[in-house]
Amino acid sequence: MSGPNRIQQAFDQARDADSALFVTYLCAGDPDFDTSLAACRAVIEAGTDLLELGVPFSDPLADGLTNQLAAQRALESGMSHEKVMKLVRAVREFSDVPIVFYTYYNLILAHGEADYAKIAREAGVDGILTLDLPPEEADNWDRACAAENLKTVYIVAPTTPPERIGKIAASATGFLYYVSRTGVTGERDSLSVDLQDKVALIRESTKLPLVVGFGVSRPEHVRDIAAVADGVVVGSSIVNCIANNLGDTDATLAALHDKVTTLRTGLA
Amino acid sequence: MSVIDTPKLDRHALPDAGGHFGPYGGMYVPETLMTALFDLTAEYEKAKADPAFQEELRFMLKQYAGRPTELYFAERLTEHCGGAKIYLKREDGLHTGAHKVNHCIGQALLTKRMGKKRVIAETGAGQHGVATAAVCAKFGFECCIYMGAVDMERQALNVFRMRLMGAEVRSVEAGQKTLKDAVNEAMRDWVTNVGDTHYILGSALGSHPYPMMVRDFQKVIGEEAKRQILEMEGRLPDECVACVGGGSNCIGLFYEFLDEPNVRLVGVEAGGHGISQGQHAARFEGGRVGVLQGAKTYILQNPDGQIELTHSVSAGLDYAAIGPEHAYYHDQGRIHYGYATDDEVMKAFEVLSRKEGIIPALESTHAIAYALKRAPQMSKDEILVVNLSGRGDKDVQQAMKLLGGMKGLTDGDRKNNLKPFREEWLTLRPE
Repeated sequence: MSGPNRIQQAFDQARDADSALFVTYLCAGDPDFDTSLAACRAVIEAGTDLLELGVPFSDPLADGLTNQLAAQRALESGMSHEKVMKLVRAVREFSDVPIVFYTYYNLILAHGEADYAKIAREAGVDGILTLDLPPEEADNWDRACAAENLKTVYIVAPTTPPERIGKIAASATGFLYYVSRTGVTGERDSLSVDLQDKVALIRESTKLPLVVGFGVSRPEHVRDIAAVADGVVVGSSIVNCIANNLGDTDATLAALHDKVTTLRTGLA
Repeated sequence: MSVIDTPKLDRHALPDAGGHFGPYGGMYVPETLMTALFDLTAEYEKAKADPAFQEELRFMLKQYAGRPTELYFAERLTEHCGGAKIYLKREDGLHTGAHKVNHCIGQALLTKRMGKKRVIAETGAGQHGVATAAVCAKFGFECCIYMGAVDMERQALNVFRMRLMGAEVRSVEAGQKTLKDAVNEAMRDWVTNVGDTHYILGSALGSHPYPMMVRDFQKVIGEEAKRQILEMEGRLPDECVACVGGGSNCIGLFYEFLDEPNVRLVGVEAGGHGISQGQHAARFEGGRVGVLQGAKTYILQNPDGQIELTHSVSAGLDYAAIGPEHAYYHDQGRIHYGYATDDEVMKAFEVLSRKEGIIPALESTHAIAYALKRAPQMSKDEILVVNLSGRGDKDVQQAMKLLGGMKGLTDGDRKNNLKPFREEWLTLRPE
């Protein structure tokens, strides 16, 4: 398997089909290793085009309550660096779906940037989004990823001024992730109204694929985003399928399957 | 002393434009906050150069906070220790009870300049929260303070003071429910409401420009102390000591002395129950370099990079990371760091209360505990300046609980406890 090209291939295929990727977020190890692995399988089988795996961190300051609690559950169940990598290897045994880590910089630094990039790539990770690492501080990390042919993913926020988008795009090698509303992660009722304008503005600065997320909870959200972006990220509403069914793995997996299937109808 | 061999440091050159103190500091925050931080930096630089801003700052520090604070010769404490002359920089005499009001006034004036109407802050011991609530009342800002549930319990008096001044105090139930978790929640709030909200961060911590800005607003402590000691003694002190949580009172006192190689500088961290995992907050003892809440610095963490639990009797020092400028001067050997344990602190708390009639904040008491150990090692013509960064009114209830539970607290034993302070009960890092 040629790891790093999985991301590019997925976007290329979607573009050829005039469609968008359905990107699913799960916290690795939520609520425990075995259930998490089954959850990954469930969302992939139900139609996940790119899997975003949150690496649980003790202090997830960019995440809202839903993801915080997911990280807490994972850590309390004993998730560690080693087990996160084991989870990726286990998913790789049955799927070639691109996997992108969604993580915090200290978890990378603790192992050394070059070593971390190598370990992640060897486990089967294709790209990494580091939530608290802006391009200004990312030179070493970008180099470490380039050496392993691991794709970097960066966030563009509603507060990002137009002149800064180019700088962010210059650091990214995988894709850009536009957070559709200011704030931490979480479900919302309405999507940002100026989404179309903002996406157009970002596209002026870069040819990189662009995914949009933060707050997607209905098929209409998926439809609206897919109309303008290359991918739709669904996070909290997926994680809630786990949070709402703790202790009942069958119900969790059924809820995940239903959620992905339902939301995916927005792509049709 | 090793400091004499240290190459000449240029304190004015730090941080660089990106907020770096050597390899430390920087801006490690979610993209949503980057623009706000750039704007804040630009606005702060403009304000710094604006005579009208500086004049208003001076006026507020004098009229509202009560500056300058005294540099007080602690005669009975000096006699008790039998060594160096001990001077206390009386930040405990400030309005709201601690040095925190210095940077709160500065940041409130910036908030006004930026046209923002809402202020958020985190607080550990509650001193920063109280100072923030006070300036918000004074300037008419909406104020929301995040405080760990554990800290709210051990600092109940400060919670009431904040609410009395009109602040909303939000209990943080996540994680360990202390200072670090309150910072996470405050940052989440800021990520969400960055358009109309200013975050008054409470120490020389976090992303650029906070460590620089908070230091600049606190350096008045050292500027005054230097002038005062020259007036009183006609010479510089031999040593200055301050407690270090994030490090704002400490860098505030030390900054003016960094260029004076013959003034030894010592920061005292929280040794808690002793240096074993989860039992302390001495970052230079058990910590490694990492990134937490905006800055690269020394952090208590496990091999995977998960942040360790911390413990200190003082909520204000109970934090897993240290301000990045301290990390830099630690590596340079310019500032030395030691720690005091909870037990040492509780003894020192009693000593200062009984010898000088001054009840210190438990945070500041870490510096007192060091002084009790250090002064006897110094000669009688030497001078030791201790930053008494806050008063202990807020801690009386907790102290009552702790001292009541300690062994040997009959009056007779108390007297005995006061004598043998030459014993090795404060651990200093070997130099």
